[in-house]
Amino acid sequence: MTPGSYVVEVIVENKPLARDPEGETIHQNLILKGGYKQVTSVRAGKLLRMNVEASSPEDARAIVRKLSDDLRIYNPAAHTIQIRIVG
Amino acid sequence: MVKVALIQYPGSNCDLDALEILRDVVKARTDLVWHKDLAHDDYDAYVLPGGFSYGDYLRAGAIAATSPSLRVVRDAAEGGKPVLGICNGFQILVEAGLLPGAVLRNSALRFACTWTRLRVETTRTPFTNKAEKGQVLEIPIAHNEGRYYLDKERIPELERNRQIVFRYVNEMREATEDANPNGSIDNIAGVCNQKGNVMGLMPHPERASLAVLSPDNQTDGRLIFDSMMGRMTRPGV
Repeated sequence: MTPGSYVVEVIVENKPLARDPEGETIHQNLILKGGYKQVTSVRAGKLLRMNVEASSPEDARAIVRKLSDDLRIYNPAAHTIQIRIVG
Repeated sequence: MVKVALIQYPGSNCDLDALEILRDVVKARTDLVWHKDLAHDDYDAYVLPGGFSYGDYLRAGAIAATSPSLRVVRDAAEGGKPVLGICNGFQILVEAGLLPGAVLRNSALRFACTWTRLRVETTRTPFTNKAEKGQVLEIPIAHNEGRYYLDKERIPELERNRQIVFRYVNEMREATEDANPNGSIDNIAGVCNQKGNVMGLMPHPERASLAVLSPDNQTDGRLIFDSMMGRMTRPGV
């Protein structure tokens, strides 16, 4: 793994028990109404895509994990996050 | 004379309304303080006004919560001084971790601007000590992100600690779904910290403190500011 610039995405979603009216509305009023009954649920969230200088993908992920916690990119009372390296 | 700091953030827009009530109605010596200029805990109370700090980017209140002013507010809160967050101010206090939970987008996905009825759930705070438990105050809301959220299993703990200060209720003083304007869990409109000296609420008491601004001439919002003044002039009560 080489040092360089990595593209890291952070996906912020409401916790499973916190209702997500935006996702519910998209599901019920657009997707189901449009006839796509195969889709059984939709959750809407927020995506942050960051370019990160790091020594490896693991390092890039660790930096983003730390900043997400330190700077409260999400509110742990209501949200979950996923972090993934996409490039 | 007691001194109140009213903190302005980039995007605050209810600051002058609150200033009018604090200075001219409840007669508190009040300074409008730019958030970056608040360096020392020189005041007797702090008010964080409504608005759209930092454009509500990332989450309402999330960026303002990292302002250095919050360090001063945190010190003041630890020292037991009254700290009041109104609307965006409430969101900032939640994001700064001074109040529990989160404030999410309204369940109807619409900006809600309407008069609400609030039932006073505890009179132990510096902002409700002149009220009676169960009293109903009519105060308007104006927000897009006002759905108070906390994991359901934590609600009894909040209740036990008497941290739920206001609930949205109907004419019969019942906390029903119809009376809930934004989908807040358990109809919660305002909460305080464990000590009770830090309180945040989504409704705007400064918009219900002058008869001329109310549909039926009531001034229920004053009770919150009058309580705060009473507490500061009688410390230790």
